[in-house]
Amino acid sequence: MVKQLDNFPPFRVQAEALGCVRGGREIFRDVSFSVGPGQLLAITGPNGAGKSSLLRILAGLLEASAGRLAQTFDGAAEAEAPSAVHYLGHLDGFKSAMSLRENLAFWSRIYRQSDDHHAVADATDIEEAAARLGLAHALDLPVSVFSAGQRRRAGLARITLSPRPLWLLDEPTSALDKQGEAVLGTLMGEHLGAGGVIVAATHLDLPAGPDLTLDMAVPQ
Amino acid sequence: MSLLGQIIAQTVMLGLRAGGGALVGLVFFLAVVAVVPFGVGPDLNLLARIGPAILWIGVLLASLLGLERLFAADREDGSLDLYIASGEPLVLLVLGRGIGHWIATGLPIVIAAPILGLMLNLSPIALVAVTATLLAGSPALTFIGTVGAALTAGLPRGGMLIAVLVLPLSVPILIFGVMATNGAVYDPEPFTAPFLIVCAFTLASAVLAPLAGALALKVALE
Repeated sequence: MVKQLDNFPPFRVQAEALGCVRGGREIFRDVSFSVGPGQLLAITGPNGAGKSSLLRILAGLLEASAGRLAQTFDGAAEAEAPSAVHYLGHLDGFKSAMSLRENLAFWSRIYRQSDDHHAVADATDIEEAAARLGLAHALDLPVSVFSAGQRRRAGLARITLSPRPLWLLDEPTSALDKQGEAVLGTLMGEHLGAGGVIVAATHLDLPAGPDLTLDMAVPQ
Repeated sequence: MSLLGQIIAQTVMLGLRAGGGALVGLVFFLAVVAVVPFGVGPDLNLLARIGPAILWIGVLLASLLGLERLFAADREDGSLDLYIASGEPLVLLVLGRGIGHWIATGLPIVIAAPILGLMLNLSPIALVAVTATLLAGSPALTFIGTVGAALTAGLPRGGMLIAVLVLPLSVPILIFGVMATNGAVYDPEPFTAPFLIVCAFTLASAVLAPLAGALALKVALE
């Protein structure tokens, strides 16, 4: 069993009239939402509607061209946005020349630095997280031999290793098999249960039912 | 281990593993220096006189190898995204990658330099001087190179562009490095002043290059 998350202090993401322009083309405008503790926001829409761009803005990887974005712990001053974030995108950030164990250890240490009140993930934590995602046998293999589904599972193992209140998941179910989806559903349930917030972009059904849905249409 | 230590350790590990390219730089350096006596001819006095410059030019060229993948790989595999999402300053990533890259590629070349110096008929004092100046100056070459690597991280084939960007900026280090080495060997010429200038280049580039590299990575990410 992976170490149970402490409950997060109440965390809220608020977006007001966000707009995004990339390469001179408007991707979306006037996107507003508010997600609070324990809530899952599903972003739906056709390809090219800007689901991934919106997640990248939330992760601090892109600048919004308009609007206001606030990621705050209740009762605290506006927190530095990206430090509370886990981003799981199309690319998993694993070095293919390194083993899964080395990759997970590296990222858990990088992600620990910002919130040092959480314990460091040690060797046992890494083994437990990998076992949970069905990767225990693959810990010492280089990531280059992993299948797409295994890499996606490894990415999930990475975010379970360092507790952060906001999960940004970009097509989390892609490449996962039925059993992988079930594990993802459990992990998401636990995260929401601990007061975490999830924003997931998807065009498939999520393993956990969303509390809120944001439908993004392609601007005319 | 600190954040910076983690990044340095990962960079060194990736550099030394298969496909990392650290050894390629060393072999390239050996090849460049070994070719010169064939071109110059068997004039031992001439070789001894131009030997330090040849070693310095060899190090300069070898330091360009492997820079291309330093940040391009991070961008392609998503490491850059995850690093920025972690909220840690990009300056530390550039500094750590720079130091790690120097340990994996620069340091072995500096260690090999005096051995190759024997082939160039360098006197013992010249061997010591060229090793000392390379040790002091080669980190500056790597740090300047990290800026070029960061600028070209978003380009499909940035290697040649890095060379064009970085070589002009490296010229002062080359000038003072060779000047200091000659100063140690030939009496009226100064050693201390150019040697300290080389050290200053390394210290200044260790501070300024990460700042410039972090800005360049931000642009490459767009």
